[in-house]
Parts: sequence; structure tokens; C-alpha cells
Amino acid sequence: MQLRSRHLLGLEGVTNDEIGLILDTAVSFKKVLERPIPKVPTLRGKTVVNLFFEPSTRTRFSFELAEKRLSADSVNFSASTSSVLKGETLKDTVKNIEAMRIDFVVMRHSAAGSCYFVAQHVNAAVINAGDGAHEHPTQGLLDMMTLREKMTKLEGLKVVIVGDIEHSRVARSNIFGLKTMGAQVGICGPATLIPREVEQWGVTVFPHIEDALAEADVLNVLRIQLERQKGGLFPSLREYRSLYGITRERLDRLAKEITIMHPGPINRGVEIDSDVADGDYSVILNQVTNGVAVRMAVLYLLAGGRPKLKE
Amino acid sequence: MKDNREIGPIRVERLLLRGGRILDPSSNVDRLSDLLIVDGKIRKIGGEKFTQSDGILLDCKDKIIVPGLIDMHVHLREPGREDEETIASGCRAAMAGGFTAVCCMPNTHPVIDTRGQVEFIKERSEGFLVDVHPIAAVTVGQKGTELTEMGDEVAAGAVGFSDDGYPVQKAAILRRALEYAKTFGYPIIEHCEETSLSENGVMNEGFVSTTLGLRGIPSISEEIHVARDLLIADYTGGPLHIAHVSTKGSVHLIREAKKRGISVTAETCPHYLVLTEEAVREFDTNTKMKPPLRTEEDRKALWVGLKDGTIDVIASDHAPHAIEEKETEYDAAAFGIVGLETALGLMMTYALRKKVLTLPELVKKMAILPRKILNLPENRIQEGSLANLTIVDLNKKWTVDRTQFHSKSRNTPFDGWPLEGASFGVVNNNQLYYKF
Repeated sequence: MQLRSRHLLGLEGVTNDEIGLILDTAVSFKKVLERPIPKVPTLRGKTVVNLFFEPSTRTRFSFELAEKRLSADSVNFSASTSSVLKGETLKDTVKNIEAMRIDFVVMRHSAAGSCYFVAQHVNAAVINAGDGAHEHPTQGLLDMMTLREKMTKLEGLKVVIVGDIEHSRVARSNIFGLKTMGAQVGICGPATLIPREVEQWGVTVFPHIEDALAEADVLNVLRIQLERQKGGLFPSLREYRSLYGITRERLDRLAKEITIMHPGPINRGVEIDSDVADGDYSVILNQVTNGVAVRMAVLYLLAGGRPKLKE
Repeated sequence: MKDNREIGPIRVERLLLRGGRILDPSSNVDRLSDLLIVDGKIRKIGGEKFTQSDGILLDCKDKIIVPGLIDMHVHLREPGREDEETIASGCRAAMAGGFTAVCCMPNTHPVIDTRGQVEFIKERSEGFLVDVHPIAAVTVGQKGTELTEMGDEVAAGAVGFSDDGYPVQKAAILRRALEYAKTFGYPIIEHCEETSLSENGVMNEGFVSTTLGLRGIPSISEEIHVARDLLIADYTGGPLHIAHVSTKGSVHLIREAKKRGISVTAETCPHYLVLTEEAVREFDTNTKMKPPLRTEEDRKALWVGLKDGTIDVIASDHAPHAIEEKETEYDAAAFGIVGLETALGLMMTYALRKKVLTLPELVKKMAILPRKILNLPENRIQEGSLANLTIVDLNKKWTVDRTQFHSKSRNTPFDGWPLEGASFGVVNNNQLYYKF
């Protein structure tokens, strides 16, 4: 089995089998990462450009590491966000990519759908590393890998995503991926950060965090951005924390333990408290480790690799 | 479309349109007949002996001759963005699309907000087959603060006023504009958008924007403005025309207002009638326009409004844009699509073929009512009248090919669409243009 698309632009429309394939492949690559020499020659001679139009630390590092572990040649391109909305930048960049015969484009951009634009204009395989509020498919995949590792299977799992759903590409990729894999997904946050007609995704909306906690096996806590408060979407960080913050106190009231995820970077003391983020039920650092394995799997599969992976 | 061979525009002194079906709902005419045009006027409707040596004879068998169509909402981009469109190229596009007249919106650079600017448009379009009727700005520079010299603009040929693209945000300004415009009998054409609600939005707000992570423009951004304008129109009695209606709520508001006798008219565009927000899913920037493509429910409501007379007019909102303004990220792309060369084909395919409107109804919405709203002289097909005609071919099967557009711009979401029905030719100002 192989992936149907030559790009990974999002998890919407990616099938259960395909996600399963990526996650299985990632598990194999995770074993590679545990070896004394954690490197394979799989993508030797292939060139990857990491095209980051928006600042990113962990996603870019994670992709770079994945590329290096696969022996690909990678080059980095970072552009300031200020020039992003001028249009020419992206089109010219696309033309340059074509001229340089690059095999993979890993792309982060502040505009939703921008990777579609690039994918339509280049021969390279495009991997979306986050496009505006649209999707961040490798984050969705690494979250699912982490959950599958911890909870054995995704089917029937109750995952609640807490925070700014409206502006979150992580939320969208998680929702599309988890729903496809048979998980039950809830979302929770201030109504101003819940997008319109979200029920059509087949998710449950929890206006109150207590109701979400009562339901959830897993919480995926999103970073709350200060600019949303400035944009008038909620009154203050203080009130956000008091209504939606994931605190030890809130969790201690429950008769169960909830697995805690966070895509990072964390605003400690705002959306989540340090003792929760660093606590026993947090898998936040596992997410980071799995991120490299998942990205290796995606690169490998898009390169046309077969899932059988031998030393 | 250039894929057909075309003739014209050519000057004609004597022209016989032979064997066409002549249809003019305002004169209650619908019959098969020859039509003789001499020196720009309809000389005779009826059988005529005519040979090529007497002038030009055009075989109109299986064609329908209707009053010349007018597109009351186009952007010709001149002056300022002649790379996107000029008055001349826009008029060629109009002619090819079956229109004998267009109204050009004033959001050019500089803005059409003085008599001099209106005269510039009139001079640049002099002698064309297509009549260009300028719409002047409501406020100086379309800045929403100071009324333009409407009387002077009307004297130079303006037929309406609009701050299209920059909706009049202050209610007091619109009130004064409607009161003042009433004197001249020309409408204030409103682009309805409460910008505090649409701010930064790029598509309809709803399930599709939610899924794509694109910023939404809620339907209430349009409807609040429509409701406000209707109240002001009611209060002042001023002539209000609502441009490019896109939502079910707006249709409802306008229908109710008309019932109450408020002086309001409305238009919608073919793209709102045949496309929905679903078209945005692949992030094609040619689906980006203001107002945005709405939901299926809205689309259906527009057809109902069109049928029951709530919506008076079909206009294209022809908005040419340079390639680089569209070949970019969805967020960064310009709003608007070209429409002059697809409007008639789309309406014939989706209104006539699907039997939602009859041909007389369509002619009313594309020829008769716009002229009435704009206070232009009636255009009747009768002996003695000026020959201002569109000849349509209901059975013409064709495919939209944007590389063949006469417009300088190519930004259409309809490229490759198979359509049925097209303009065969147009006659106006002693000139003939046709395809064969």
C-alpha cells in the first residue's frame, strides 16, 4: 500500500488506512531513532527545502532532524512574515524551487491554503507544516501516534481539544485525523473561539470545561495567543485561565486521570499549569519525540517508499 | 469569445436582420419577422425585399432579437489600471458578451467623483458600439464624508452614484445622498457591507470557512447594511439600488421593503446564482469576491427572489484583475471576477435551460429594468426607434475559454464550463458586431 496523494496538504480526506500506514511506518522509524547510529540512507540524494514563511522552532527542527536521519540534503529558507502578503514572494519562490529541482517542499505559511498554491505549481512533493488556521497534518499525525502508543488504539477514544479552535490548524488536523480513526472528539473553549457550524464536523462542543473533563480520556490543550485577547475575542488571560485553564485543582476533582497533550509552545500558567504540563499523565515530550518519527515516515512514504522497513 | 470568427464592429447604413424572432416584452412583441434598420433606426418590422447590394443582410434564422442588453455593474479600470482593463477592452468584452451598454463603477484611480472625470469616460467611449454610462461616486474620493457634485456629474452623463467597493459606512451620509439624489432621479447604488463584521474576511463565514481555516465574512455583514439602507430609503424616499445581493436574508429584507412600498431595487450576479462557498475548497482565488459566494440555501433564495421580482436585475460585477493579483495566496488575492463574457451564457444555461425564468423575464432583468432604474430612455423594438439590439442564439453550445476573452483579464471561475446559449451579435449606434 502507498499513499494516494503525492503531497501531504492536510488530513481532511486522508483515509483510515493511509493514516494507519503512516503511523505504523513511524513506529518503525522510532526504532531507528533508538539505535546507536540513528540514521538510514533512505533519502540519500534527495533534496528537501524547508520553506518557513512564519517563525517556528520545534516544527522546523523536527523536520530538519527527520530529513537528516533519512540522509536527505536539506536547505532552509526563512522569510519574514512582513513580506508574506505581497504575493510575489510566494510565486517567485515557487519558480525558484522549480528551477533548483528540489524533491520535497516542507512549508509553513501564515495563509490558509498557501501550500495548495505551491503544490499546483511545482513538481516537488509538498508537505504542509502549517498553513494559517487550516491544517498542520504532521502535528495531527504525531498526536495520534502518541495517543496510540499510550492508549493502544484510537477507536472509541474520547479526546477533547481545549482552547482557540477557530484559529488553530492543530485543532483541525486533529479533528479530521481522529474522526477518521474512529475517536470521539470534543472541543471546549470560549464561544468566540469556536468557529461557526463546527458541529458539522461531528464533534461535541463543551461550553464548560468541567463537562469536557468529565467526558475526556485525553485533553489536547492549545496555546492561547495574547493577540486574540487584544482582538477582543475574550476579556482577559486571567478570565481565560479561570474558565478554561487546566489546573491540578480541576484535575484532582476527577475520579480518573486524563492524558495531557499540548502542541507547544506552552504558556505556563495560562492555558495549562506547570504541574499539569510536567505531571505524570503528560505526554507532551513524547509528542516531540514522535514528531521526528512521523515526519520521517511521511517523507519516506511520499518518496514512494514501501512500508516494509528492513535494516 | 474569440474562438468564433467574428465581424465588427462595422458601420452599417442599411441592415436587414432576416428571419429572426423579434421579442420585446415592453412592446408586447413576439413574432418572426424581418427587421430593417436604416441610419441607426428601425425602419420597418415586416417582410422586406432586400439584397446584399442594398446594404448588409444578416441571416437571423433560429435567432432571437431582443432589446440591447445592459450590464449596470462593471469595472472598466480606466483610468488607473489600464493593465487590467481599459474602456475600449471592456467595451469589446461587453460587445462579445451580448451587451450594448455598460455602467462603469467609479472606483478607478483617480475616482470618478467630478464632472471632469465623468466627461473623461464619455469622451473615451465616444463612437463605440457599446454605450458607456458612468456611475459617479457618492462621496469625494469614495471616502464616505463629503457628497460629490451630483448635479454636475449628471449633466455630464452620470446615471447613478455609488461608492462601490467602499461602502458608505455613515448612515447620515447615505441619508443626505439619498435626499440629494432624489432631485435628479438617479439611484444611489449601494455595496452593502458592514465592514466591522467583514474585516479581514475572505470568504463566506460558515462550515466551509471553518473547515478551510479561512477568515469568514458573515451574511449579517451584508444584511445589516441592507436593513439600514432600507430604513433610510423609507425615511427619505430616495431611490436606492442594492448591488450584488448575495444572501437569503437580504432577499427577504428587500422583498418586505418592496411590499411596504419603499423605493428600492436590487441586482444579483450570475456567480451567486450558480456557485456556492463549496467552490472555495481548492483555494482557487477566482472564487474570491465581495460579497463572497454563499451557501446553497442563499443560492436557492436568490433564484426565488429573481423569479418573484424581488431582484430586478442581473449584473455581472465584472471586476478584472491582473494575473499577479490572483496567482497568490487566497488571503492576499484581490476580490472580484470578470463576468461580461460569461454572464449571458450562464443565465441562458441556468435560468432558461432549467426553466427558472422565461426569456421575456430574462430580457426584463438584463435589458429593460436596468434602463428604468437608471432613468435611461426606454429601448423598444418598434418602427422609428433607435436600433439598439442584442441577437441571441439559445441553442449555441460553447465552452468558456478564458484565453479567448476580449477582456484584458482572465480571472474567472468558469473556465472550461460548457454552456448553452450565447449572444450572436449586437447592433447599436449604427454599428454591427456578430459572430459566425
